[in-house]
Amino acid sequence: MSTRHILLGLLASGPSHGYDLKRRHDERFPQARPLAYGQVYTTLQRLVRDGLAEVDGTGSDGGPERTAYRTTEAGARELARWAAEVAPPAPYVTNEIFTKVVVSALADGDPAAYLRDQRAAHLARMRELTAVKTAPGADLATVLSADYALNHLDADLRWMTTTAARLTTLTAEVDAT
Amino acid sequence: MRHTDTGDAAAPLLAASDLVKTYGGTEALRGASLDLRAGETVAVTGASGSGKSTLLHCLAGMVRPDSGTVRYAGERLEEAPERRLSELRRTDFGMVFQFGQLIPELTALDNVALPLMLGGSGRTEARERAGTWMERFGVWGQRELRPGQMSGGQAQRTALARALVTGPAVVFADEPTGALDSLASERVMTVLTQTVRESGTAVLLVTHDALVAAYADREVALRDGVTAPAGVGV
Repeated sequence: MSTRHILLGLLASGPSHGYDLKRRHDERFPQARPLAYGQVYTTLQRLVRDGLAEVDGTGSDGGPERTAYRTTEAGARELARWAAEVAPPAPYVTNEIFTKVVVSALADGDPAAYLRDQRAAHLARMRELTAVKTAPGADLATVLSADYALNHLDADLRWMTTTAARLTTLTAEVDAT
Repeated sequence: MRHTDTGDAAAPLLAASDLVKTYGGTEALRGASLDLRAGETVAVTGASGSGKSTLLHCLAGMVRPDSGTVRYAGERLEEAPERRLSELRRTDFGMVFQFGQLIPELTALDNVALPLMLGGSGRTEARERAGTWMERFGVWGQRELRPGQMSGGQAQRTALARALVTGPAVVFADEPTGALDSLASERVMTVLTQTVRESGTAVLLVTHDALVAAYADREVALRDGVTAPAGVGV
């Protein structure tokens, strides 16, 4: 999973410091492994190095000194590019699709447009797999593996259809937090 | 026998443009368009209530749209007289529904032979040609059974044989596997796809199931009675 894009997505709503980014990540993606603080720190350093984020300022707020970061224009462009990029349709892509939709909604992107493109890519792959398994002379292993992939892609598709229908609500909820 | 010719090979065989259809106060179609080329299989997908079946009924000349056009081989169906539409349904179009709608009192073989006999063929010839199609669809062994004595998959394959026996240019299939388990559904779709590819028959396939839509050459998605542009689903 792309930690840098998740952090860019979290920064899209305004400047934030490392500890706050980690806390928001762990709240937003409860199924994911919690982010190590060290990983947040090194990822932020790399985002700055690559011109995708910059230091917004430092402050202590009475406690230890903390550096706040904000996204740059290049960072916003990179986030939009990543969020719209279609993942290769394969079993287990769901988690990436899920993450893109949530991050896209967070960053005021267009998750509905992404879902439509992803759905078209899934269906195209399902047509290929169906042709493979129904070809004359297809052996059992080929048929079984095509079935396996087809059914996982179908599960993804059903989730995408439900999500597209829910998107208005999802976007409203994300906006409210 | 086909009464019409596409003329231009690149022109769609069947084309619906901006169809609108309202039942009572409900708008089933609000601007649906679709092209079907000769020999092509197109899946119409969408949630229940999205207008899939209404679109199929309009294209097959079973329902007249409130506005919009339906052209079959250049002929305007939305203004064709009922007599012409039923002739087309007998000669150029084949129909398959979720439940095969076979006639329960007839054997499977007589069900398949019936459209030929209605078209003027003698009983012997009709039964012979029907038998060939039943063999192709893997239901020759069930020829003397009545629909109630067959499995769902066998009944659907018999219904497909009946839809194709007259050599139609277009088969309309509305959720043809809707009542079948996954393996029976796969067998129906495989034999349908292979057969229409060999015979050059176009298929308009209405389904809510992506695993079934994946047998088609392409997909047209319907949402709230409107068709989405190519490649755009959900």
